[in-house]
Amino acid sequence: MTYIGIIIMFVFVNNFILSQFLGLCPFIGVSKNVDSAIGMGFAVTFVMSIAALTTWAIYNFILAPLDITFLQTITFILVIATLVQLVEMVIQKTSPPLYKSLGIYLPLITTNCAVLGIALIAVRSEYSALESFVAGIAAGLGFLLAIVLMSTIRERMDREWVPKPLRGTPIAFITGGLMALAFMAFDKALLNNLVG
Amino acid sequence: MGTTVLYAFISVAALGGVLGLGLAIASRILAVKKDERVAEVEEALPGLNCGACGYAGCASYAEAIVKEDAPLDLCGPGGADALKTIADIMGKTVDTTSEKMVAQVHCRGNAATSAYAFDYEGIEDCNALHIFYEGNKVCKFGCLGLGSCMKVCPTDAIYYDDEGLVTVDRDLCISCRKCVDICPTGVMKMIPYSADYIVACNSTDKAAVTRKYCKVGCIGCKICEKKSPEGGFTVENNLARIDFSKTGSRKEAAEACPAKCIIPLVPVEEKAVVEAKS
Repeated sequence: MTYIGIIIMFVFVNNFILSQFLGLCPFIGVSKNVDSAIGMGFAVTFVMSIAALTTWAIYNFILAPLDITFLQTITFILVIATLVQLVEMVIQKTSPPLYKSLGIYLPLITTNCAVLGIALIAVRSEYSALESFVAGIAAGLGFLLAIVLMSTIRERMDREWVPKPLRGTPIAFITGGLMALAFMAFDKALLNNLVG
Repeated sequence: MGTTVLYAFISVAALGGVLGLGLAIASRILAVKKDERVAEVEEALPGLNCGACGYAGCASYAEAIVKEDAPLDLCGPGGADALKTIADIMGKTVDTTSEKMVAQVHCRGNAATSAYAFDYEGIEDCNALHIFYEGNKVCKFGCLGLGSCMKVCPTDAIYYDDEGLVTVDRDLCISCRKCVDICPTGVMKMIPYSADYIVACNSTDKAAVTRKYCKVGCIGCKICEKKSPEGGFTVENNLARIDFSKTGSRKEAAEACPAKCIIPLVPVEEKAVVEAKS
């Protein structure tokens, strides 16, 4: 598969949020305003691409030669947790406002199943190093797309009247469901037509 | 088999060690200097993360106090003790004499005393019920009784009393005001901790209207104003209110109240005695 095919697949067809429903916690939690949604999107993109690359290396240089691939989940989590800690430190040092607006959700990338998801999917699809990296970036961009769309919708929704029991998270989930319906238009047939 | 286990053990241990070491080094290089007072203030706060101060949690309130000069007295749960400690840390003097406020339901209307407009069989949530014609009571000001306040209360201070009425235990209340915010009718109000009597009604309808739908509703007859002139009673909008800064006796007013909606709360000292006995 070409790199363009991988990008289109992970951004649109298999969008992590809107068609695989992975990583919903930050999607709901940090989508209240566009600025922090963009920050979170790029943080996740960064973590996902690096995670995909490092987990590829771990899998192919350590786990596969030693025939201990059953350890992939625990080692991947180890690597991802370390990466997130590192990203957290870097952001705290370089951009305190972003660090503040991401708040609790930054450490939560550690347990974001989207990051583990891309690592496992890349291994299962037997991607090369570069393909894994591109898939990681594309999946992150798909997350960025979904969370930015969501945050713009929620910013507008703040000014609308919503029934009280549905305010906040419930209406966000309903909105997410409707967005997922819209994303069903991007399917495998479309992908095949585009890139053959 | 044996080698696989060995490889698994060694590789995970090595990986964990290398990554851990890397993080330790990175944390030295990327260390951010923190104001020590932030940690001290956070220590002084109760750590409930209730959000009553308006900040995301105790940690962000502590940071706001130190860095953004936020007011020191926003923490309800912490009360006077926390305020004093924080003031010491920040080197400021504050008035710690202000009294702790607690929430209380200002309604005694249940099935026996109030008229209902329709039967409700929806979800057990006051706000959901309130969407339908502002509740199933004829009175639009009273307690809907479905206990949304109980669900939101972080300390389980709110309970149904013997008569099935929603009541707040003032000793468990941490004055976070979450129940006040979630209550759709506004019948949950803040009163001083030491309040001896409350006007347990929230209806501002006229006397003739109130009397039709509720036996224990305030009709604004002003008898309380006359019977206990020093009690701080004032009738506005057909509803009696108590000014708790007045300390005069309120007993006569409560006894004379025709609707019996001025109700005594167990005095603080007596309550302590009762608890000690039991």
